[in-house]
Amino acid sequence: MTIQEALFTYCLRRGDDNLILSHRLGEWCGHGPQLEEDIALTNRALDLIGQARNYLQYAGQVEGKGRSEDDLAYLRNERQYTNVKLVEQPNGDYAHTMVRSFLFDAWHLPLQQALTRSKDDQLAAIASKAVKEIAYHLKTSGDWMIRFGDGTAESHQRAQRALDDLWTFSGELFATDDVEAVLFAAGIAPDMAAVKSAFDSTVQSVLTEATLKRPMDAYMATGGRQGKHSEHLGFMLAEMQYLQRAYPGAIW
Amino acid sequence: MNSPGLFFVHYLMIINERPTAYPIFANIKTVAMEDLKLEELFQAKVDAELKIEPKDWMPEKYRKTLIRQISQHAHSEVVGMLPEGNWITRAPSLRRKAILLAKVQDEAGHGLYLYSACETLGATREKTVEDLNSGKAKYSSIFNYPTLTWADIGAVGWLVDGAAIMNQVMLCRTSYGPYARAMVRICKEESFHQRQGYEIMSVLAKGTPEQKEMAQDSLNRWWWPSLMMFGPSDANSTNSADSMKWKIKRQSNDELRQTFIDRTVQQAEILGLTIPDAKLKWNEDTKHYEWGDIDWAEFNNVVAGNGPCNKERLVARNKAHDEGAWVREAAMAYAGKQAKRKAA
Ligand SMILES: [Fe+2]
Repeated sequence: MTIQEALFTYCLRRGDDNLILSHRLGEWCGHGPQLEEDIALTNRALDLIGQARNYLQYAGQVEGKGRSEDDLAYLRNERQYTNVKLVEQPNGDYAHTMVRSFLFDAWHLPLQQALTRSKDDQLAAIASKAVKEIAYHLKTSGDWMIRFGDGTAESHQRAQRALDDLWTFSGELFATDDVEAVLFAAGIAPDMAAVKSAFDSTVQSVLTEATLKRPMDAYMATGGRQGKHSEHLGFMLAEMQYLQRAYPGAIW
Repeated sequence: MNSPGLFFVHYLMIINERPTAYPIFANIKTVAMEDLKLEELFQAKVDAELKIEPKDWMPEKYRKTLIRQISQHAHSEVVGMLPEGNWITRAPSLRRKAILLAKVQDEAGHGLYLYSACETLGATREKTVEDLNSGKAKYSSIFNYPTLTWADIGAVGWLVDGAAIMNQVMLCRTSYGPYARAMVRICKEESFHQRQGYEIMSVLAKGTPEQKEMAQDSLNRWWWPSLMMFGPSDANSTNSADSMKWKIKRQSNDELRQTFIDRTVQQAEILGLTIPDAKLKWNEDTKHYEWGDIDWAEFNNVVAGNGPCNKERLVARNKAHDEGAWVREAAMAYAGKQAKRKAA
């Protein structure tokens, strides 16, 4: 695997994670628990789609076959999508949505912080812009974890259930393979062990304050990075890609 | 400008701003209040183009009219998020998806400013929202029409926001201060939305034959409901006289509708789309377009709750509100615990 090939896949993974999570958050639009949350969720979705576009544009450049961000987003199928399974999980109740974001943010921030020091200038530039946004995401999803955990009996129970349900998807965030190894060796991608320890300490401190229990590290679901997704992703893409697929070549 | 109250209005303006700094004027205020009927004074202020502020005396009917109008406006922003949000997950490009997300987010923001403006009149947000969810309060009927194709996102921006702007530009000068100020912010964003909607239509109109057909079909469906947004014709408008006197409204429904039609017909021509009105024609003498008959029976029917999506919209709002109850309760409970911990 060449560095270029690895970098292409690496950018797709970052782009796909952001795009799919942004899409899920967009589903809330107009249906949030209060207007302020509608605004906050849309903000998050907007930041993530902005980051997704940066990564997909760069992936297209790295690949060098003239594919645009929209070609990559709208004309790849389920098996070619490389996002982690966590982000494609359905919104569920607001606790599921926030726990999903919290787990993602707690990984995303240290990852992107490390990427600001990447030897690849473009990755470093994308990350430098993204870290401010992600720090805010983590702050707000962490705040909700604490409010839920230390709020009412019902909110505590819902948050704990969501955490127990989604924990199995957290392991895939740290999975490494050849793509990671090639880029790590070149100083382009960071050491995932360091990202994991930052994640662990964030989770530890937030869950403690939230009076929530960290689930046991049992079986961890994987496969997303290899395009082996849950059944949810196909429906998301069918919806997302419908116009591009129905009217091939049209400009919107 | 010949009202007897006018002379005092300028003093009152100063006193209202710095109530403790002008003891002499404070005396004048007392005298003025005794000498003038409050309502005359209020009207003098309105006539002198001074803004009415939350602490000022106002006729009860003025307050009620404003609460009704501002809350309807707030509800319209919030319900309007539904037909547009309907296309976020299906937007045909990442750029369009981001623009649409940002637009719907702006609408939520507009809802918030307007609920706040309502609160300055003593209507709590909780109660105002409850009136929407129970079906007691109205919102703009236009949002009871469905967004069936992507072109509808263009048409909503171009026509619906375009029509809303006519009203909103006028409302930037409305007599109630908090409403006028909220409108200034909203107008800026709304005219941006209108341009974005027009741009969507313009890309479709220049696109493939199927895209152009999509744009025309959308114009066909949204044109008449957009004209209805200005409300009944002046002859049949029940709330207009007081609203004009109090300068809540400053132009009649028909005047605003005329301006909208004159402007939009030209835009449709540039797009190469046809306005679905066989009677539409330019009148060289009046320098305005004449238009065909609005189907007021349809309008009344949608207002009465029988539009294509009235039920869905209310179900969606109620569902969001009910399912969000535990979230709001959790936030309150946590804030309460934090306050207690701080106090301890
Ligand atoms: Fe708006």
